[in-house]
Amino acid sequence: MVFVDSYPKTSKLVRSEFLVSFIALGIGALFGVIQALHRTGVFRGFVSSADYYTILTGHGVLLALVFTTFFIAGLFAWAVTNSLERELPQRIAWSAFWLMLTGTVLAAVSIIGGIVGSPSILGHDLEADVLFTFYAPMKAHPAFYIGAALIIVGSWIAGLAYFKSLWEWRSENPGERIPLQTFMVLTTMLMWYISTIGVAVEVVAFLIPWSLGLIQNVDPLLTRTLFWYFGHPVVYFWLMPAYLVWYTILPKLAGGRLFSDPLARVVFVAFLLLSTPVGFHHQYTDPGIPSGYKFIAMTNTMFLLLPSLLTAFTVVASVEHGARQRGAKGYLSWLRDLPWDKPAFAGCMLAGLMFAAGGFSGMINAGMNINYLIHNTIWVPGHFHLTVGTAFALTAMAISYWLVPQITGKKLRQRGLAVFQPYVWFVGMAVMSNAMHRAGLAGIPRRTAEPTYDEFAFEGVAGTVGEMRLQIAIGGFLLFVGAAMFLIVMADTLLARRGGTLSVNSNIPEPLSGPDHSPRILDNYKLWTAIALLLIVIAYGPPLASMVADGLFAPGSPPIPV
Amino acid sequence: MQVHRFEKVWLGAAILLIVGFIATIAYGSVGVGVGMVGDSGGQISAEAVQNGNTGTQFDDPGVVKEDGQYVVYVVARQFQFSPGTGDTPIRVPAGENVTFRVTSADVVHGFSVVETNINTMVIPGQVSEVSARFNEPGTYGLICHEYCGAAHHTMGGSVEVVPPEEYDMQQENIDQSADDAQAQEEADQ
Repeated sequence: MVFVDSYPKTSKLVRSEFLVSFIALGIGALFGVIQALHRTGVFRGFVSSADYYTILTGHGVLLALVFTTFFIAGLFAWAVTNSLERELPQRIAWSAFWLMLTGTVLAAVSIIGGIVGSPSILGHDLEADVLFTFYAPMKAHPAFYIGAALIIVGSWIAGLAYFKSLWEWRSENPGERIPLQTFMVLTTMLMWYISTIGVAVEVVAFLIPWSLGLIQNVDPLLTRTLFWYFGHPVVYFWLMPAYLVWYTILPKLAGGRLFSDPLARVVFVAFLLLSTPVGFHHQYTDPGIPSGYKFIAMTNTMFLLLPSLLTAFTVVASVEHGARQRGAKGYLSWLRDLPWDKPAFAGCMLAGLMFAAGGFSGMINAGMNINYLIHNTIWVPGHFHLTVGTAFALTAMAISYWLVPQITGKKLRQRGLAVFQPYVWFVGMAVMSNAMHRAGLAGIPRRTAEPTYDEFAFEGVAGTVGEMRLQIAIGGFLLFVGAAMFLIVMADTLLARRGGTLSVNSNIPEPLSGPDHSPRILDNYKLWTAIALLLIVIAYGPPLASMVADGLFAPGSPPIPV
Repeated sequence: MQVHRFEKVWLGAAILLIVGFIATIAYGSVGVGVGMVGDSGGQISAEAVQNGNTGTQFDDPGVVKEDGQYVVYVVARQFQFSPGTGDTPIRVPAGENVTFRVTSADVVHGFSVVETNINTMVIPGQVSEVSARFNEPGTYGLICHEYCGAAHHTMGGSVEVVPPEEYDMQQENIDQSADDAQAQEEADQ
């Protein structure tokens, strides 16, 4: 039975969420290629250098916040429904969707205001040239902060729908283990609830009243600390859904099954525990924070490598098992016997490969003192275009080739484009990201319209600055082509008529080592949440206490236009 | 819970790698002395920095000698460093310990001397304090590496590191010429 026929209501929800996410991806990708051409000086005719930052804000917000959150909401709705075999509570799930959409429109309109002359709306200039980190005291239109808050609150309510579904399932299946996909979704959502408290307090308690003029000052160090309390776990909010795909769907696409259910649960619990008490590693070079707290964040960050390293083992082992089931032999030649011409499989594998590279550059970022070399250089976006920009984004696109037919009942169209698309993305990202990393080693900064100065010139460490610029421009262009190919496939599939029998289905094979082998304590959410909170109190309690000891709004800054 | 033998080996190797990373970083901090930017710079009122009435050296930023040490006071504001940008490079002697104290008069900025370990955020209300020694004379690039507004990309400058013997001489020359100018002005009046 096709998913859309078994669960028509949830399928409609997933379709709506994917649609918003794909529109955000399209606009975000267009903004991306404009930036790549502008900052490398290849073509600066789209926008002025002052408006570059509006485009940059739009790129970050639409891709890192909107594309991701809506796609994840859709994927999670499918995963919970599929593994608990029941429709989601519709009223809750749809209110979440509409809240998030309202927030998205508010934020998008405020950003776009910046390129149409910042008209005054309700007594404030309509603009939000503050980038997706919106560090105070740079001020955006209040609608931008309200929009951001609505997206977050909407995602909380979406999570409530998953939990409600589990509670209903529990009452009908007492004593059974939580199915793996639902376990992964709920563990991710618990991590998300804990970590979004930081940004919610920042926006609701400080930035909204401050941008409306209800309070005069905010403390820039306190607000950015609250942002980064959320700013690192958010990357795991992007990554854990990709892991859900790699653990539960990818082995099946390779022709096999997951190696170990217990280890998958251990990995997700480790993320719940360690994702949040690490935020100070984004503030290694901040004044006003004693070095000792940075050291604690560094050690926690390093241990956060563990679940990802375990994932590398389990995913590769599961895929190898799949290849051997298909008759492959040899130590490495089994790699040849994988379905590289299936876009869902190829995309997930290439995304995983690139994530390995991104993991290693992340280890450099996490290295407290070597971080001096690359902090706020273009190395950093070079890194996260491998992680959120490929590990997440390419996995999302790849799994859409598999999932969208099931939530529509329509066969995938434009297969030829789809088969090549993951490779175009992979090559584009390899070209762009390697050059960004090397340019970062030369000290070239991120977040700038024109990385050239009158007073001095950058010198390449490995390769020349001109060659790096060219690679960034070419890579950025290829990525835009890759995004366009994906969107053409999706548009054609969504607009097509239903007909024929699908070659894919949502049945997930039982793992080689099933949940019966794993200790039941792994499913004890109360225990893990309590430990996670305790670790946060240790990492954040004393520094936050000292920041607010002199008053919540001091040392204070009034809003400053950009 | 059954864990495969290969999984155990992999887990052991992963933990070894992590502990190794932490050990090298700890050695870098304690052994080699690559210290982090901390809270040693203290706090300051951003409004007072903007108005030039902090009652500290930030009201007249530049290089001073405090207890025999060179200290550079820098104020960052949209879109300049005082000193640092345009025709006012930061001038320091080679081979001497130099402490930079940097703060912001408006929004969040960055303070990065290209190809060195001097790399810190500049946050309104806080003073960033970093120490360094330039072994090689020459001109180093200075940039604001945090987006600070529409003309952020123009916020660059330089640090001029001069041999210590020349440095003192040039300082005297500057002081001398300043005295001369003042004398001239007085004479004109």
